[in-house]
Amino acid sequence: MGQKGFFTDTTLCIGCKACEVACKQWNQLPDDGFHFTGMSYDNTGALGSATWRHVAFVERPVPLQGQTTGVGDFSWLMMSDVCKHCQHAGCLEACPTGAIIRTEFDTVYVQPDVCNGCGYCVVACPFGVISRREDDGRAWKCTLCYDRLGEGMTPACAKACPTESIVFGDLDELHARAENRIRALHERGVTDAYLYGKDAENQPGTGGLNAFFLLLDKPEVYGLPPDPVVPTKKAGRTWGAVALGALGMAAVALGSVLLGREARP
Amino acid sequence: MPGLGISFGRGGATTFQQDLRNADCIVIQGSNMAECHPVGFQWVMEAKERGATLIHVDPRFTRTSAMADLHVPIRAGSDIAFLGGLIHYVLEHERYFKDYVLHYTNAANIIREGFQDTEDLDGFFSGYQSEEGKYDIATWQYEGVGGTVPAGGHKELYAEPGAGKGGDESGSARFEANKDSTLQHPRCVFQLLKRHFRRYTPAIVAKVCGVPEAQFLKVAEALCANSGRERTSAFCYAVGWTQHTVGVQYIRTASILQLLLGNIGRPGGGIMALRGHASIQGSTDVPTLYNLLPGYMPMPHAKQGLDLDQYLEDHEASTGWWSNLPKYAVSLLKAWFGDAATKENHFLFGHLPRLTGNHSHMQTVADMADGRVKGYFVMGENPAVGSSHGSLQRKGLRELDWLVVRDFTLIETAEFWRRAPEIQRGDVKTEDIRTEVFFFPAAAHTEKEGTFTNTQRLLQWRDKAVEPPGDARSELHFIYHLGRRLKALYAGSKARKDQPLQDVTWDYPTRGRAAEPSAEAVLQEINGYTVADRKLVSGFSDLKDDGSTASGCWIYSGCYANGVNQTARRKPGREQTWVAPEWGWAWPANRRMLYNRASADPEGRPWSERKKYVWWDAEKRRWTGEDVPDFIADRPPDYRPGKDARGVDALGGTDPFIMQVDGKAWLFAPSGMMDGPLPTHYEPPESPVENALYGQQCNPARLEWRRRDVPLHRAWADPRYPFVFTTYRVTEHHTAGGMSRWLSWLSELQPEQFCEVSPELAAERGLTNGGWATVRTARGDLECRVLVTERLRPLKLNGTWVHQIGLPYHWGVTGRIRASGANDLLPLVADPNVEIQESKAFTGDIVAGRHATGERSATSAVAPALPAGTPEARRDSLRVSEHAHDTQQEKLEQER
Repeated sequence: MGQKGFFTDTTLCIGCKACEVACKQWNQLPDDGFHFTGMSYDNTGALGSATWRHVAFVERPVPLQGQTTGVGDFSWLMMSDVCKHCQHAGCLEACPTGAIIRTEFDTVYVQPDVCNGCGYCVVACPFGVISRREDDGRAWKCTLCYDRLGEGMTPACAKACPTESIVFGDLDELHARAENRIRALHERGVTDAYLYGKDAENQPGTGGLNAFFLLLDKPEVYGLPPDPVVPTKKAGRTWGAVALGALGMAAVALGSVLLGREARP
Repeated sequence: MPGLGISFGRGGATTFQQDLRNADCIVIQGSNMAECHPVGFQWVMEAKERGATLIHVDPRFTRTSAMADLHVPIRAGSDIAFLGGLIHYVLEHERYFKDYVLHYTNAANIIREGFQDTEDLDGFFSGYQSEEGKYDIATWQYEGVGGTVPAGGHKELYAEPGAGKGGDESGSARFEANKDSTLQHPRCVFQLLKRHFRRYTPAIVAKVCGVPEAQFLKVAEALCANSGRERTSAFCYAVGWTQHTVGVQYIRTASILQLLLGNIGRPGGGIMALRGHASIQGSTDVPTLYNLLPGYMPMPHAKQGLDLDQYLEDHEASTGWWSNLPKYAVSLLKAWFGDAATKENHFLFGHLPRLTGNHSHMQTVADMADGRVKGYFVMGENPAVGSSHGSLQRKGLRELDWLVVRDFTLIETAEFWRRAPEIQRGDVKTEDIRTEVFFFPAAAHTEKEGTFTNTQRLLQWRDKAVEPPGDARSELHFIYHLGRRLKALYAGSKARKDQPLQDVTWDYPTRGRAAEPSAEAVLQEINGYTVADRKLVSGFSDLKDDGSTASGCWIYSGCYANGVNQTARRKPGREQTWVAPEWGWAWPANRRMLYNRASADPEGRPWSERKKYVWWDAEKRRWTGEDVPDFIADRPPDYRPGKDARGVDALGGTDPFIMQVDGKAWLFAPSGMMDGPLPTHYEPPESPVENALYGQQCNPARLEWRRRDVPLHRAWADPRYPFVFTTYRVTEHHTAGGMSRWLSWLSELQPEQFCEVSPELAAERGLTNGGWATVRTARGDLECRVLVTERLRPLKLNGTWVHQIGLPYHWGVTGRIRASGANDLLPLVADPNVEIQESKAFTGDIVAGRHATGERSATSAVAPALPAGTPEARRDSLRVSEHAHDTQQEKLEQER
């Protein structure tokens, strides 16, 4: 089966939202309501239980390398965001029922028939990707079109993307493609281009992302965390701190007992 | 598409989208390609990845601009000044492709002595008829040629006297015209062109368009550096260019520029006309237009009488491809009237309907509003939202006896009698409307079979995936069974007026429980067949003028060659050449790039190895290359026609534009254009500024409906309406919304009517991002959300700042998401060549908050008077009569 993933190249994204619609259609997801946000052309806001692909629009008062525009120091960045299918997936590690599994494609999948809606995964995701649906309480997120992959089909979003901004494939091939792309962009003078979450070296906190990105500005600009860390990564330290705390409390308790005895007349 | 048709001979994009990848520079102007044609935009992105320079000239910074190397903000409605500036630059700095211009265009032709330019007449060409508001084109003709030179590519204009009507003089142009191949004669086209655009300097561009000189020069330099033997540049445009009172001339300006740079008929060059939606190209090829027969043949005019011979004589060109007109006209009549059409009865030419004047959409709506129209069919259209001046559209609907709407859902046009701003407001009461409305549910494209003809003339067959639900049916089903029932109703009639209905062939095989007619049978009829044995012909060269062949649309002939549905071919791109000739089928004759003979030099050799496409194979004595050559396959480059050559024989070996009578592309249009042989900058009927170039403010030949229910603002600088508005689409919705506003997945992406304003205007008018605003014109008002964005900037014009406001038009009063309709704000004015609406540049006002009154000029007066002391401003100079723009209908009434 091999490791599968997405390489999302934001320099090629034209913000058409075909990925968002194709995802909703294939997965038969409900709408998020009809609200004008005033946030550029983004009216669905964020990834959530009913939005598994989300296109962010960033109007920034910074010129784009290689671009000249008469509107002044300005550029418009677009990025199609998705579940990252982390190597160390916070949701999977936090799931107490075993509903969230790693598939034969090395993707992270929520089994809806097992999920009991406890919501532990929601707080465990460093990207805020997974969330619970109000109607049935269960947790939902991108399946990386598990049902399509089984049939040898490309995920709906990548299939619908007209400009190859979203590329689906074997992880090692995607890595090579991304490296080549970075090289080409740098040669062309777009030195701001870099990869986000390509592998463990690139992003130790998650062990690398199966769905990784090519960005032109700081992750925060796109609404991505600059240094995401899966909660379990800190488990050792956390338990250590808990142990230290317990030890301290025990010492205090013991001490107060002993000292108290001494103080008694 | 006369802009391209008059210049090159055919009313279609000169190239195909896949070829854009070969361009060294792409200029997108009058189009937001990334948003409105995202799938085709992949080839623009590919060109960019290959190192091409991508330029976007647009009032707004859009998703297309976000991908461009260079974005140039421009004032809406000023593109001719910008493109004219580029022409001036190319001529001034001698950057034109000399060999191309000399051999393949009419640059050397000398124009008659009486010709006067807009430079001489302050915005008019010679021949302006001040009472009519029209031109007499006698002085625009080639010197030495008697009568008019017929235009190849815009046959609907033949109905207009003097606008390309061939008559018996046709065709002599090629041999008799005086030429000066040194291009020095003061009246040769080249020199006239130079003179016409001499004042279109970078300084004027800055003054008129608001584009600083440095930005303009960047575009000019990029274009020139990427044109010539070794390099090519392409233009892409869409309705941002067409929907103007000078829309056709916008495209003419680009055509002239591309010809001067030698970019037509060559890989990576061309003008890519991006059509508004699915199969719009198809609906001009097999037209839904009132003034054309299939395949761009002119609709006969009542003045012409019933004689086929007269019609053919009037419209047939004696040289060039249109010399074949009789074959195509007779084959069409045979397809329509079958055995009943014989040589003796002139193939029943008399049965065809006749034009009596302007029957365009806008004129029809005006007539409807005046109670002159009884019934109306609306299919695949939502005029109450999509067309100019929605409230007049609905007023028209209210005056009908009956209305038939076919759509997926109850769109605004079907619901005008109970859900419209004027009904909500109480100006109109439902019980007072007498129109009987019939609504028929329509099948979606997945629920019926047939072809689409896309933006690059490509016919693609689509199969039916599922049965339509309930009573929903295809258009084919509806029209076929309506026709069948009408024929049955009139079968016994002895009245002469019913004979056409009795004689028309109407016998397509049907299948299934719903008796769905076979779309393949219709396509076969369009392809054409020999009458005797019903054998499908292989192309239009098989068609005859003796009644032995039939074809429903000659340009589509060959789409069913060899009995194979060529349009259903789906060989993947990776299994064939990049031109992909085995995917679908393109008219004419499966040529993907038109005029591709011009990709070779006069001797037939490629201009350069890098831009090789079609060339002369001297050994095989044939044209060959990547594509089907758009030329007579075995005509050598050195062939020169004799003086008495006629028809296609009169085309020389260096005449790549085979539809034209003289085989050359037209820099200067001696005929075919209603508003001048050369494009001229005129202001839109509502503008923030006075015309900086001429005393004549607006296109003197424009169509303007002067009605009390369609008030116009002051011609320029109206203090009540100080801002420039432009309407457009966003990716998330489809045109008038019938296909998108009912879908949750699309509605959530752009849920509310909004406008786009600059931070400067927001500050000036107290508008807040995400808040509410009311926009207003003399026609009506509209509440919308505000998107404050740096993507819109005020432009400095001649020392004054001009604010532009963007207004998408998708929303209406029905569906999941609603607004009262942006097109309700538009005036009723049009281009004289194609009667298209002006929706891309008009003026209006904006205030913060929700203050819409819902008033509409079609039902109540809304406009405040001009402030005291502000005089009216003239759209036309004093040369123009007050009656020049009276509507055609009124003139007709007067004639009666």
